[in-house]
Amino acid sequence: MRTLEQTTQEVLDLAAKHFQLPAGTLAPGDDFFKKLGIDSLQTLEMLSRLENHFGIELPDYEVQGVSDFKTLAERIQSRL
Amino acid sequence: MLDLSKYQSIGAALKDALDQFAIEVCLIEADRERERERLTYRDFKESAHPLAKALQDGGFSAGDRASIIMTNQSKWLISAYAIFFAGGVLVPLDYKLTPEEQWQLLKHSGAVVLITEYPIWRQLSASPGRAAATNVQTVLVTEAPANADLAGAQRWEKSRGAGDPAFVVRKRSDTACIVYSSGTGGRPKGCMMTHENYLEQCIALTSIYPFWPGVRYLSILPTNHAIDFMVGFFGSFTCGAAVVHLRTLRPEYVREAFPKYKITYVSLVPLVLKNLQKGLQARFDALPAGKRKVFNVLVRLNKLLTKSQPRLGISRRLLKQVHEAFGGELRAIIVGGAFTEPQTLQFFYDLGIPVANGYGLTEAGTAITVNDLKPFRADTVGKPLPGMEVRIMNPAADGVGEVSVRSKTVMAGYLNEAELTAEAIVGGWLMTGDLGRFDKAGHLHLSGRKKNMIVTEEGKNIYPEDIETVFESLPVKEFCVFAANYIWPKRSMTGEKLVLVLHLEAGEQYGEELRREINARNNRLLNYKRIHGVVLLDEDFPRTASLKIKRNVLAEGLAKLDSGSAILPL
Repeated sequence: MRTLEQTTQEVLDLAAKHFQLPAGTLAPGDDFFKKLGIDSLQTLEMLSRLENHFGIELPDYEVQGVSDFKTLAERIQSRL
Repeated sequence: MLDLSKYQSIGAALKDALDQFAIEVCLIEADRERERERLTYRDFKESAHPLAKALQDGGFSAGDRASIIMTNQSKWLISAYAIFFAGGVLVPLDYKLTPEEQWQLLKHSGAVVLITEYPIWRQLSASPGRAAATNVQTVLVTEAPANADLAGAQRWEKSRGAGDPAFVVRKRSDTACIVYSSGTGGRPKGCMMTHENYLEQCIALTSIYPFWPGVRYLSILPTNHAIDFMVGFFGSFTCGAAVVHLRTLRPEYVREAFPKYKITYVSLVPLVLKNLQKGLQARFDALPAGKRKVFNVLVRLNKLLTKSQPRLGISRRLLKQVHEAFGGELRAIIVGGAFTEPQTLQFFYDLGIPVANGYGLTEAGTAITVNDLKPFRADTVGKPLPGMEVRIMNPAADGVGEVSVRSKTVMAGYLNEAELTAEAIVGGWLMTGDLGRFDKAGHLHLSGRKKNMIVTEEGKNIYPEDIETVFESLPVKEFCVFAANYIWPKRSMTGEKLVLVLHLEAGEQYGEELRREINARNNRLLNYKRIHGVVLLDEDFPRTASLKIKRNVLAEGLAKLDSGSAILPL
């Protein structure tokens, strides 16, 4: 079972890979809309990638209003 | 479709539709690759009537208000119908608002019943905003887990009264819905939409874009939004069409839904349409050179053959693969909620997929103008719908002035806001606050706004007053939020941004600490509501006798600054 820290790190690594950023450029507290300059649609695309990686289903409502990686990782962790 | 001119209310029309189209499919609900539900109009009635009876048994009666906060799904429409059947007034709220904002609007609306889904209720019931909305007496929650703490709510699934509910007659002039066009932080603007507003709007829209049994409409825009409420509920149902709901809006599942359910129409906001365009363009660019050449020739040929009007049969044969990706049955994409760039509209039309582009606002009962495709014009927002009188007020030399509308679809007014209503509706004309002009062919061209607000590509209307509370108690002398285009008018409907105008305390500097604080506050706002930059002003803001900021006077003063250098990025 992953720890929250491990999950958070994997979320950051995958997001960086998805948006073609160098590893280590994203931090847990980063607001992904602002840091990545993405819109809500691109966020949904990123979520699908995260779901595949973690082997979970994350309903849209679970990520409603979430805009930072830390909270996103917490939501994923709760479903692992 | 039903002859809506004969009906007095939404409820009466829907009631007849359920009987007339009893054996047709009306709803399909899917979650990812799984189809969860498929209902005929008869099934729908059998689900809705016990709910209407349960509402009535609980004392819900004519004119009582009931709110729905739900993602798009069958239960949204079943609940709405039950409310109308029982003579109620529907208050559809945006499920994407924060719980505090939702409670604020619930309180303002005077709703006595709230129908919502469990994940939303979990957040709502934990919000301190609940204490103030004492008017909400009954909460019905869908899909709550078996052992869930319902925090005073009841299960929607168990809200089934025994026996037949009594249909409650309403008049055309009665309020059918209270739809909030803004006001989560300032003065809530609850548009009181009458039954007549919806009946007349539906008659006008279906005269240009008819629906019929067999049509499948993909409902993606939130149903609380005027467009989806009309096209994905009232319009579809009174024509006997089917509505397809997806419980997830991940792009890959939305894409799959088109061929899987043979979608006929879909409504999208410009952001999604542009995203679709980008995806398609990337696929076209990736074609091998030879195939790309052939494809481009076919697109040019299609363009030539559809110059005067859409010819779906020809387009589907010429550009078979593109149309098959959309299921092969798509007749048009309806786009609304915000301004769409002409090149995006043209891109789809050239592929043989007409985009029903138009212009409207909640206060006018959804659409005011729509492109009638005779011929297709990407450079305008179309012509006024039948029954709409549209006038340009005080036009300048180039014909541009404020767009105003008079029609049976214009709202009765803003709930509890006589002053705001009097500003919006002058002598029977709704002043839209948008600037535009008519061309010789009678098409409306939009060219900016007169009002202090922005509309995002996602179709969200943001009023500066609504987000100012988040900046309260900033360590500055005074502040005010503006739409940049309101200060520095631009003949454009895209790329709109909000700016925070600051008047610092004497001797204070705009330093890193203040910038960080502003950023932290800004991040508390939903991403589409955030400010884009800061403008510094070294003078007192003009104020009224009651110390309210005179925004228009302040904007006039700020307009003297150079917008390029005055806006400091965050």
